[in-house]
Amino acid sequence: MKRVLTSRSLPRPVIGGPFRILLLGCTFALAGYAGVRLLAGDWLGVALWFVGSALLHDLVLLPLYAVVDRAVTAGLDAAHHRAWTAYVRFPAAFSGLLLLVWFPLIGGRVDASYAGVTGLSADGFLTRWLLVTAALFGGSALLLALRLLRSATKRRSPDVH
Amino acid sequence: MRDLAPRLPSSPGFWRSPLRGPWFTSVLGLVLLVGITVLFVTGLLSYAAYNPDLAPVNDKTPDKGVLGFYLFAWPTDPPWLYRLTQGVHVTLGLVLIPVLLAKLWSVVPRLFTLPPARSVAHALERISLLLLVGGALFEFVTGVLNIQLDYLFPGSFYPLHFYGAWVFFAAFAAHAVLKTPIALRNLRAMREERDDLVSPRPVAPTVSRRGALWFVGGGSLLMFATNAGRGFDGPLRATAVLSPHGGPEPGSGPNGFQINKTAAHVGIDPAETRDDTWRLVVTGRSGTVRLGRAELLAMEQHSVALPIACVEGWSTSDQWWRGVRLRDLAARVGHEDDPPDVFVESLQRRGAFRSGALRANQVADPRSLLALYVNGETLSADHGHPARIIVPAAPGVLNTKWVARMTFGDLG
Repeated sequence: MKRVLTSRSLPRPVIGGPFRILLLGCTFALAGYAGVRLLAGDWLGVALWFVGSALLHDLVLLPLYAVVDRAVTAGLDAAHHRAWTAYVRFPAAFSGLLLLVWFPLIGGRVDASYAGVTGLSADGFLTRWLLVTAALFGGSALLLALRLLRSATKRRSPDVH
Repeated sequence: MRDLAPRLPSSPGFWRSPLRGPWFTSVLGLVLLVGITVLFVTGLLSYAAYNPDLAPVNDKTPDKGVLGFYLFAWPTDPPWLYRLTQGVHVTLGLVLIPVLLAKLWSVVPRLFTLPPARSVAHALERISLLLLVGGALFEFVTGVLNIQLDYLFPGSFYPLHFYGAWVFFAAFAAHAVLKTPIALRNLRAMREERDDLVSPRPVAPTVSRRGALWFVGGGSLLMFATNAGRGFDGPLRATAVLSPHGGPEPGSGPNGFQINKTAAHVGIDPAETRDDTWRLVVTGRSGTVRLGRAELLAMEQHSVALPIACVEGWSTSDQWWRGVRLRDLAARVGHEDDPPDVFVESLQRRGAFRSGALRANQVADPRSLLALYVNGETLSADHGHPARIIVPAAPGVLNTKWVARMTFGDLG
């Protein structure tokens, strides 16, 4: 801890640590070797996917869910139900996670090929996702109700314990 | 105080979550260190399982160069080997998605850090982070899309996922070397340290750090609970409610287990597979023989219980296969004592693996069959009628269905 503080107060060298530079040199050599093979086909498409996925995550997905989360928190705060936040956040995030991962199946993007390849129907995914979402929110609401009930009972009969 | 209420993400005060800090990031980082290492190793094993160095037909990345340095003859024991390694690869990958997202969330303020670089080394490290984050997302996204048969990505899955993995791993290894000691130190120091990730003006917390870890772990648990069942038949598979090859089986009865590519999908003409038209052409040292179904049934029949395991991460439980040993077929065409490699061709019109090569050790295994029956019944059209290969521990696509031709000792 002390050492970190001392080194921070000193002016930093412009080059940086030789070990770090050597290590990163190895990284770029290996990444370059694999990279030229990765880009051998549709190089523009692959580069767009590679960089685009990072940008899409950092500049679109993350701000989007952060803003939604902040709106929910602020809304519950305004209603003086701050403690309820987790009961909304958990089911919403889990349902969103399942949608994020399985959107091709849930959204019916691959219905025809899925049925042709697997011999299975691709129809049920949207329904099942909605059911799982309902179960998540329902379960969360049930837990919240139990918690409210318990604290209400406690408040009414403080002499029980 | 005015500069403490900034509107730009490059100011530390822009980021207000009280959860961000070295402890949270370190826990997630160490989970990913272990998890992604397992993903990388099982991924490399999956490539080896195809025996890409055996024949060009097995290799979707022929220009791999030194990246194939570790390849070895894929064994046939234990027979569930590929079922395990690939099941772990895909299921663990899905389980790590919430951890990856949480880790990226926990360090996002650093993306906007100014000045962009404090030294040459720091600049290089930040460029390597683009490979790290872009590479991680590229690998997870291509993997997740591929198992759903949504081939959106720009090219064939095999080269993209394989070379992408090496680019990603190059950055991952350096990141692990640079950050693991710091992460371990952060976990040992019980008190929260001051750090650029700690918000200078945090909002009141709605959840504790521990609660946040439960939140991430709960997401992982959900992914596990809704995916692990794809590695088993029957009621366990039914628990994989949202994943491909999860849910109910494609049918009932002896042939009612998971199918990869139906007969109709790959253009199998029923006229070619009838008993009076289908002939298996087997070529070897002593020449070529053409065997009809009756002649195959006249050979010694053997039974074996083996699973089918797909690169997409699903597998079946053991099925009872019955048919002719591959090494007996090799003997029929002049390879009595030393079964060689074999090149297997299907009647399939379409599909990347309508032909495949098996190595001598796979041919020699007494459990490797040209199966005519499964679970006591003739193979259904979708499971490869009239005959299919079944080899212990081999990836599903090398268990060629609708076999038309087998060439021993010459891989074409």
